Amino acid sequence: MGLLLTDDEKMLKESAEGFFADKAPVSQLRALRDDRDATGYSKQLWADMAEMGFAGVLVSEEQGGFDMGFMAAGLIAEQMGRNLTASPFLSTSVLAATALKSAGDEKAGKLLPELVSGKTVMALAVDEGRKHNPDAIEMTASPSGNGFKLNGKKAMVVDGHMADQIIVAAQTEDGLTLFVVPADAQGLNAERTIMVDSRNAARMVFEDVEVTGEHVLGEVGKGDEVLNTVLNAGRAVLAAEMLGASAQVFEATNEYLKERKQFGKIIGEFQALQHRMAHLYCELELARTAVYAALTVLDDNPKSAAPFVSMAKAKLGSVAKLAALEAVQLHGGMGMTDELDIGLYLKRIRVAQELLGDADYHITKITN
Amino acid sequence: MSDLEQFRAETRAWLEANCPPEMRTPMKRETDGCWGGRNWVFKSEAQKLWLERMAAKGWTAPSWPKQYGGAGLSRAEDKILKQEMKRINARPPLLSFGIWMLGPALLKFGSEEQKMRYLPEICRGEIRWCQGYSEPNAGSDLASLATKCEDKGKYFLVNGSKIWTSYADEADWIFCLVRTDNSGKKHHGISFILFDMETPGVSTKPIKLISGRSPFCETFFKDVKVPKENLVGERDKGWSIAKYLLTHEREMIGDSGNLKPVAQMVAEMGVTPDATLQAKITQLTIDEWAFSQTMSRMLAEAKAGASLGAKSSMLKYYGTELNKRRYEVMMDAAGYDGLEWESERSNDGDLARLWLRTKGNSIEGGTSEVQLNIIAKHILELPGT
Repeated sequence: MGLLLTDDEKMLKESAEGFFADKAPVSQLRALRDDRDATGYSKQLWADMAEMGFAGVLVSEEQGGFDMGFMAAGLIAEQMGRNLTASPFLSTSVLAATALKSAGDEKAGKLLPELVSGKTVMALAVDEGRKHNPDAIEMTASPSGNGFKLNGKKAMVVDGHMADQIIVAAQTEDGLTLFVVPADAQGLNAERTIMVDSRNAARMVFEDVEVTGEHVLGEVGKGDEVLNTVLNAGRAVLAAEMLGASAQVFEATNEYLKERKQFGKIIGEFQALQHRMAHLYCELELARTAVYAALTVLDDNPKSAAPFVSMAKAKLGSVAKLAALEAVQLHGGMGMTDELDIGLYLKRIRVAQELLGDADYHITKITN
Repeated sequence: MSDLEQFRAETRAWLEANCPPEMRTPMKRETDGCWGGRNWVFKSEAQKLWLERMAAKGWTAPSWPKQYGGAGLSRAEDKILKQEMKRINARPPLLSFGIWMLGPALLKFGSEEQKMRYLPEICRGEIRWCQGYSEPNAGSDLASLATKCEDKGKYFLVNGSKIWTSYADEADWIFCLVRTDNSGKKHHGISFILFDMETPGVSTKPIKLISGRSPFCETFFKDVKVPKENLVGERDKGWSIAKYLLTHEREMIGDSGNLKPVAQMVAEMGVTPDATLQAKITQLTIDEWAFSQTMSRMLAEAKAGASLGAKSSMLKYYGTELNKRRYEVMMDAAGYDGLEWESERSNDGDLARLWLRTKGNSIEGGTSEVQLNIIAKHILELPGT
């Protein structure tokens, strides 16, 4: 298992580090939030990310992409986590790109180059209830003429408020099937939901949305396998984003402990606080290993990746939460203010915990 | 075939031909292994044969230089040997504080005479060592140790006592931290000396633990005369040797890489966990995996040129706390069966005794709190009090 970064990976990490710190620092997220931006991310940033090759990181070279693999996607996401960067990277460059690649049909051949250039943004519509549960999809695709009629509801469709195309999972008589539906399709209603982390998703209602065989991604009734691949890709990359956010908030807290004075002392001198930080340091080291190991398995041996991805997402679910909670507590009253960034990390981590399955979900999944 | 592939093929063939079948079964506990030494009684002919064969190859301490009884293997070869031994479930031929602790310190700090005198017999399992570190008033605060060592011209005179000396009652020799100077700071004036446990004035008394077993002793020194050539490194500067050795020990104690996963242990008990217990087991499974991978990552980083340094404290802290959690869950799984203390069914309370023993993991070799202090100071660079 590739436990150490290769020279190429180190170079990518450094270039992503500089890029996001420069082009998409936390202040950008604040501005998007405070201006109530309609898109929810900077279009200039997304164009720059395409320019850098980040948008096409998973897309093959024949489709104009860079085919750098999941480890690379994770290293990019880690830096986005550090800066709380808002962008359609997860929805489009990871989830949609993996779905199109896995299906490998004509439609994929047409859409993938548009993802690489940043021209098309896509969203994945899977969950329907309060929690992530791809085994409980109730939306139906019933036969109608030459095609299907889609009926049902979707929740937490990340970037669904402004995506051009929606990949939606629905039940047909033959089993779960994925469809690529234009966002402006007749009968599709998307309500933008601004989330606690100032990012955006959508609740969607599909009412007799007419689709044909051309809209089917992959094969009818065989959506399960593609969906599993897609979800695992998203989970591992999201875990990498959580790693970046946790590491950043941890380092900020460590610096604060070296500055803040109370009782005539630097508070970092207090052993009660030192031990909490030292414990968190150890947990973060394990979390880092877990994320990199899961990304490596996805690249090297995707068929056996599922349990490793679940272990990584579960581990980050608990460690990132711990990092965020400790950061608020150790910053004292300042940690409760909107002025400091700490709260923004707490909020993003809360959303990332839920998204694509929390620790409880993955612990149960590993067991079954 | 590359050199390493050839080494693997030869190693595999040699092990197949030379490892006795009795030595390919798991050890139930430490005391089942071969510890060697002057008074060692082999538990079987196979145990004796296995030690002799491995020692002749230099494979009891594979990475040590050949002239000192090792085989001079590179890291890559050493790793292959370990893998090939694991492949056939071969037991380690020798369990030895000489190999794990004293040897590395002697290789780094010992004189050529000392290396030639002690290392080869350690490799052959002819001498069994114990470690004289902690004292009744110097536990976590080890540097405040007070065992007195006076220079009497021709010899050193040692007076004092040690505690938590592992297997002192069975050891032939001791490597011992003593106070040679009291005038300065506590880290100065500590010396690292070696002496025979049969020297007049040395006595030991086993300490019975909560597990009912006695792996540790109190060790007393009354006017013990030690030859002056038995000083390792410079006089008064033994603390650096002590710290070097502790770092080694921490990596070893923290090493749960070879521990049987808790899920497997519970399955072997014949327990079918309910959902709550299963969730606890799965959480542990995740941490067992992440920890063993982290251990490999850190060793790989160290190989690439970086030193483990204070990170060994992370491995020690996390590894021992993880092992305590493992045994708590195993006791939960075993229920009433795990509480039996004296029965054949329970193998004389084996699980309960192991569970109790793990409580010491986060105390010995530097407590968890001391490890967290080290991480806070040296990695996080938080200010001292």
